This record gives sequence, structure tokens and C-alpha cells, in this order.
Amino acid sequence: MRLKSPDELERARTRILEERKAQEAKKRVVLCTGTGCRGAGALEVFDAFKKELGHQSVVEFKSTCCHGFCERGPITIIEPMGIFYQGVTPEHVPQIIAETVTKGRVIEDLLYQDPATGKAIPAEKEIPFYKKQQRLVFGHNRYIDPTRIEDYLAIGGYTALVKALFHMSPDQIVAEVKRSGLRGRGGGGFPAGRKWESCRRAHGDIKYVICNCDEGDPGAYMDRSLTEGNPHSVLEGMIIGAYAIGAHEGYVYVRNEYPLAVENVGIAIEQATRMGFLGKDILGSGFDFTLVINKGGGAFVAGESSALMASIEGYVAEPRAKHIHMTESGLWQRPTDLNNVETWANVPLIIEKGSDWYGSIGTQGSKGTKIFSLVGKINNTGLIEVPMGMTLREIVYDIGGGIPGGKRFKAVQTGGPSGGCIPERLLDLPVDFDELTKVGSMMGSGGMIVMDESTCMVDVAKYFTHFLKDESCGKCTSCRDGTLRMYEVLDAITKGKGKEGDIEFLQELGWVTSEASLCALGGSAPNPVLSTIRYFRDEYEAHIREKRCPAGVCPALITYTIDPEACIACGKCRKECPTEAIAGEKKVPHEIDQAKCIKCGTCREVCPVDAVKVK
Amino acid sequence: MMSEKELVRFQIDGIEVEAAKGQMLLPVALGYGFEIPHLCHHEAVSPYASCRLCLVEVTKGNRTSMTTSCNYPVDAGIEVATSTENVQRCRRMILEFLLARAPHAETILTIAREAGVEGPRFPVIEEADDCILCGLCERVCREVVGANAISFINRGDRRDVRPPFGDPVACIACGACVYICPTDCIKMEEHGDERTIIRWKRTLKMQPCQSCGRPFAPLFQLNWIIDKAHLPKDFYALCPVCRQAKKR
Repeated sequence: MRLKSPDELERARTRILEERKAQEAKKRVVLCTGTGCRGAGALEVFDAFKKELGHQSVVEFKSTCCHGFCERGPITIIEPMGIFYQGVTPEHVPQIIAETVTKGRVIEDLLYQDPATGKAIPAEKEIPFYKKQQRLVFGHNRYIDPTRIEDYLAIGGYTALVKALFHMSPDQIVAEVKRSGLRGRGGGGFPAGRKWESCRRAHGDIKYVICNCDEGDPGAYMDRSLTEGNPHSVLEGMIIGAYAIGAHEGYVYVRNEYPLAVENVGIAIEQATRMGFLGKDILGSGFDFTLVINKGGGAFVAGESSALMASIEGYVAEPRAKHIHMTESGLWQRPTDLNNVETWANVPLIIEKGSDWYGSIGTQGSKGTKIFSLVGKINNTGLIEVPMGMTLREIVYDIGGGIPGGKRFKAVQTGGPSGGCIPERLLDLPVDFDELTKVGSMMGSGGMIVMDESTCMVDVAKYFTHFLKDESCGKCTSCRDGTLRMYEVLDAITKGKGKEGDIEFLQELGWVTSEASLCALGGSAPNPVLSTIRYFRDEYEAHIREKRCPAGVCPALITYTIDPEACIACGKCRKECPTEAIAGEKKVPHEIDQAKCIKCGTCREVCPVDAVKVK
Repeated sequence: MMSEKELVRFQIDGIEVEAAKGQMLLPVALGYGFEIPHLCHHEAVSPYASCRLCLVEVTKGNRTSMTTSCNYPVDAGIEVATSTENVQRCRRMILEFLLARAPHAETILTIAREAGVEGPRFPVIEEADDCILCGLCERVCREVVGANAISFINRGDRRDVRPPFGDPVACIACGACVYICPTDCIKMEEHGDERTIIRWKRTLKMQPCQSCGRPFAPLFQLNWIIDKAHLPKDFYALCPVCRQAKKR
């Protein structure tokens, strides 16, 4: 059914809402089958619910994508009470249906327990992880089955499109986005409105808009989850942008390693086209716009805008110089506007609620909210959305629930593999584009990797530099060989072969890599090295001068010993040691033969009394 | 696109120069006699900016930035500085990077000597074969010859130039890559009636001249040109020398 006018859309929406109202009292089971929960077995839970519920009509069953609290997946919510169940397995399903769905009884064991008070929290909205968040963009995921456009219409979807197409001129839309202060969520933080304006003004009858869903930072999956969970919000933003810019064709660039995102965007495009939100004469406005998916091959550098366009054109994803902006000469040398998934998804909000409202959220230079992927040594792993300007401390402790095992926070790396590591003393830093840059890191697309005291910062720098040396496209000598040589120096330091002057040499290599390379990958590649030198120089010095790894991580620099006072001679370590390096008898404290020890750490893991020490 | 004829005036190292707007900075500067080291630039092919040696600092308005000059389109009023302290710092390190890949390349050794670089402060890459991945061979093969016989493969430090899947089926052994390579790492050999491009492992039989009998060019290459240029089948019956003699 193709909608031919805003009135027809509103009638369709009213119909959907009326149908839902009639069902309001009905129990509903909402299961997250996003990528994170799938990893925890949500598809098996899905099958179990399907089997148990059969075709009975008294219970409505909805499967959505990511809700954010991935640590506790698979997540199930029972409506209308809003009961939040965590870690649900297929075995729990009959009980959930018999107890909660049928009788309205809460199953204590499946509830989230507040670690502070030990109390079980039945309601999703009362869980500390969610309480401090402001989920303007990401929060809709939980109400939407991404394969059903009706769900998006039910929450007011495509209202902003109507406003843009029928009540605003393209210039007014550009002005509104400019006034909102929206900055690109993909990495650079360039003002989106200014990009749109220059693309709108560029000469050319054919223009393009592109959605960048390449992502690819290790440990980050916010663009993926937004695309999977609420693809129509991205499409709506793109249609509005295309109208404002004067583009009639667009691309959604998704990496092929995101199969669910590819699938859900595909379904969304098909449904939007069928209902008249895409294609010719959208909602009778006379505006035409079509969207195509382009699957990427999975190179990290393909997320760079000019490399992404080369990839769409069928070439190797290699960045090119941007002395002439992409907004003037981009895809196939036509004016092209490229924005990231999250940027596009912010657009309908701005158009619907206005730039004044949007501008009231966030900080002076960074407006709105930001989705972060909070991972690493943190209790509440997941995706969070907070207003710009929230402090790192609030994010790590109030939302993230602090560090597991009572360990001490050491650093947080923001901005993906080429972000910087921010130390504990800067925990009160308000998170926005400019503040993160000031301390030697960046917003990037919103990765946040938390590290605790057991993390070696030289090892961290080495890990990310290894990633970047592999993922550099290899075109610029300075990036290809700069990252390679930094890696080699770091590798030597972690192996006890560091020498005086290495730190300064790394700084020089980092400076050249950043200054002399063409694109932002090379430009930001030294961040992990330079920021760890800036904030954790003493760790580098300990590795180089004392041949010591203070965090006890680098195998070449540590020794495992057994504390004879603490050892209970249980023999566990002796049995588990893969190189038979541990000797000892019953009642005799065990000892490690350093010549045989390969520093795998197994003895330390299996020791029941913590007698194995690392130095 | 933009008008190619419009002339703009700007400065290089404080000296007033003139060029067509949008022309690339490096050839303009070289034309005026400024010395900017470069390896991946050649007038026959499009700029690629991979070697990064031709870095300069450009001031436009109140912004100064480091950029490669081979792919920088000139504009009115820009101020170019070809040898600032920052430029030299970058160049010296880049020369070290290049020397570790191409320890025998005369061109690089010369530039390095002039820049005061003695040698790389890191180990020479184990399989160093003097290739600096500048991409001139790939561009000349694609843009000038049109054979598309070689391509970049892999990324990061595993990047290389190879025939697709290692199979040089499209190589016509014309030798354009041999000629254009700035480090002389692509070699060509002729033995009897065979020509080999060693790097791509391509050996082709050469066509003997119907007059003097001397093998003069690979048959595969001659047929390829005849086919592309719609020439008569017997166009290359004679070698260039005999063809000239016949004309006279």
C-alpha cells in the first residue's frame, strides 16, 4: 500500500495505533535478539518462546534488536509491567510464561540485582545502568521490531519527513540543522549543517547522499546496533537530508561482516519503498529519492569518506586528497554528502522537535547526545547514550557500574583504535568533541575501552599500533612505515629490548606519521602511543630501564614465584603447568623452575589461595 | 569543471610565480627551478602522493598545513614554503623509511645524502627488494599502456604490487614499468628470442623481423597493439630499424 499524501500516512498511523490500543492490556513479551544477545544465545530463547506460545493470541511476542545492556543478555521484558529479566535461557521460558505472563508473578532469580544494595530491581527503568542515560536516539530500539515498519510508524516515525517535505524549504532544513549544532558522529565531528550547505550550494544536477555504516573499531558496535535495531530512523534522516541537499540517489555503506544490519536495512528499504517513503513522488510531494545498499569488504580504512566512495565506485578503498571537498566532488566526481549512521538518526529528532530543543542538550560546542560502546574492564558492558558533557566518572562508575573484581581504574581509551588513553586523574573530564581532543584523545565514533590496574599501557599501545599497521591502506610511506616502525619499537620494549632514547624516537615517529600522512587514519594513528607516553611515561621507563612490567603483563619481563608462606601444597598448579615447571610434594611448598616457566599464568589462575605472585 | 586557462599568482619561498589555476603545485615549482625531492611523481601519469617526499607547507588565508605538492592544486595568493624545519623533519624520517625498503636505490641514496640522512635507524626490511610501493608501475600500466597487468595487493605493511593472483597473463612485456621505476627494482632481460620481465615472472617469445631476422618485440605485445589500435595484421612484419630503412 503506497501512501500518496501526509493525510494517508496519518490515517495509516491512526489505524496502527488504534489496533495497538485495543491490545494494550494484553501481555507482551519483548525479547532482544540483537547481535550481543544473539551471542549470549537469544536465538535459542526466541525459538523457545515461539514454541511455548504457539499461535495463542493472548500474548504478543516481539523480537527487537539491541537494548544496550549487553552484559546481561539475553534480555527479556514483560509488558505492560515493564519487568526486566536478564540472562534468560530457553529453560526459563516455560516458567516466564507460566508465572509472569500468565499470573503476573515476578521471578526473583531473573531480576537484576543492584550491586550496591543487593536488592532485586524488577523495573527496567529503575536499573542504574539506564537511569542516568538520555536515550533519544537509541532508546527506540526497544519498542521496534526492525522488520516491521508499522512499529516505527507507531512511535511517530516519518513525522519529521512530512514536516520537512511539506512545511519547510530545503534552505530552512539546512538552516535548522546548522542551528542545532549537530556534529558528525563518525569521527571528525564536522558540523553536519555546514556540510549539507556546501553540498546544497555545489554545482551539479546529480548529487549523492551516503550513510557510513562501516564502523570497524575493535570493541565498538553502536552504528551496527542502531542500523540493526532502528533502520528507519537512519533512512528518514537520509531522505530529509537528500531533500535538503537536492540529491535523488543515496547509498547505505554497510560492511558485510554485519549481516543482520545488511538484512534489516534491506528490509527497511523495501518496506519504505512499498509504502511510499522512498522512490518516486514521496508522499505526493514530488520529491524522488532511491536508496541502495553497498556492502563493504571489511577494511577499517573504508570508513574514511574518500576511501568509502572509492569502494562504492568499485576500486580499492584508498583515501584520496581532499583539496577539493567531497561536497563538491565526491562519488563519481559529483557533489556528495556523507554522514555516519548516528548523525543521520539524529536528523528526524532535530526536524521534529526543533533546533532550540536540540541545542539545549549537551555542551557549548557539542550538542545532543552521543552513543558510546562501553567495553573492557567494566561491570556493565553495553551501549549507552548520554548527553554530551557527562563526565567520564559518571559514565564509568554510575552507568558502567565501575571496575569488576574491586580492581582500580587505570585508563579509558576513547575514539576507537586510534584514540588516546585518558588516565584516572582526568576522570572528571566532561566528554565532548573538544575536551577529548584537548587531552590527546578523540570522540571518534564513540568507542570506550576501560582498562584496570592489571593492564600494561605499553602493551595497550602495542596492541592498537599493531591493528593500525595492519589496517593502514599502505599508500602513504609515512603511515605504512610509521605505524610499522612504532610497532617494532613497542614490541622491543615489551620484550625487554628497549633502550634509552626509544621514547623520544617513538614521539618523533608519531609526529611524522601524523603530519606527513594523507588521511585521518595516519593523522590519528600515533594517538595510542603518544597519549600513553604522555600519561604513563613511568611505565615505559620501567620497561626500558628496569626491564620490568609494572602491571605484570609482558611475559618477557615478569617472573612467577610461589610464596612459600601462602602455599598449601595442594598440587593444583603442578598438575596444570603445561611445561612441568613446578616441583613439590604433599605438605612441601611448591617451587617454579624459572628455566622451564613459559609465563602462561596458568598456575596463578588455578591457585586457590593466591600464593602465586607476579613480579 | 573549472576553467583551466585562468592564471593565478602565488608565492613559492617568497618568490612570485604564476600558473594555471588548479594545476598541480609540484610540476609548477619544478618548472620554476625549485628543488623538491620526489619519487612517485611522473608527468606521464596522474598524481598519487604515496612517497610523501614532496611535502611542503602551504599557507592559505590564515591556515598553514603540510601537504604533498604533487597533488595540490594551486590557487591565487597561496604561500608555499618548500623547506621549513617541519618539512625537513618529515622528509628525513621518510627517507629513513624508504632506505629500509630500498637500501640499494641510487636515487634515494642521493636524496638522502643531500638531506643529511645516513641510514635508517631501524632494521632493513628482510625481503627488501628496493620496491618503495610508489605505484608508478601500476599507474603507467593502467593509464598509459592500458594493459592493467599489475595491481596493488593487500594493505598495511603487507602491501605489494603483483599481477592479479600472481598470474601475469595480461602483461605484454612492453617494459614501461621497467622504464618508469624510480628505484630500478623492475628488471627486464632478453635472451635469444625471449624477453622476460623478471619481477612479474613474465616471459614472452619475440617476433623476428621478416627482413633482418632479428627478434624485436614480443609477439603477444604486437598482436595486442594491432588489436587495440585496429592496425593491419602485418603492420609489425618489420623491426623498427628495417621499417625506417624501407621508408627511406
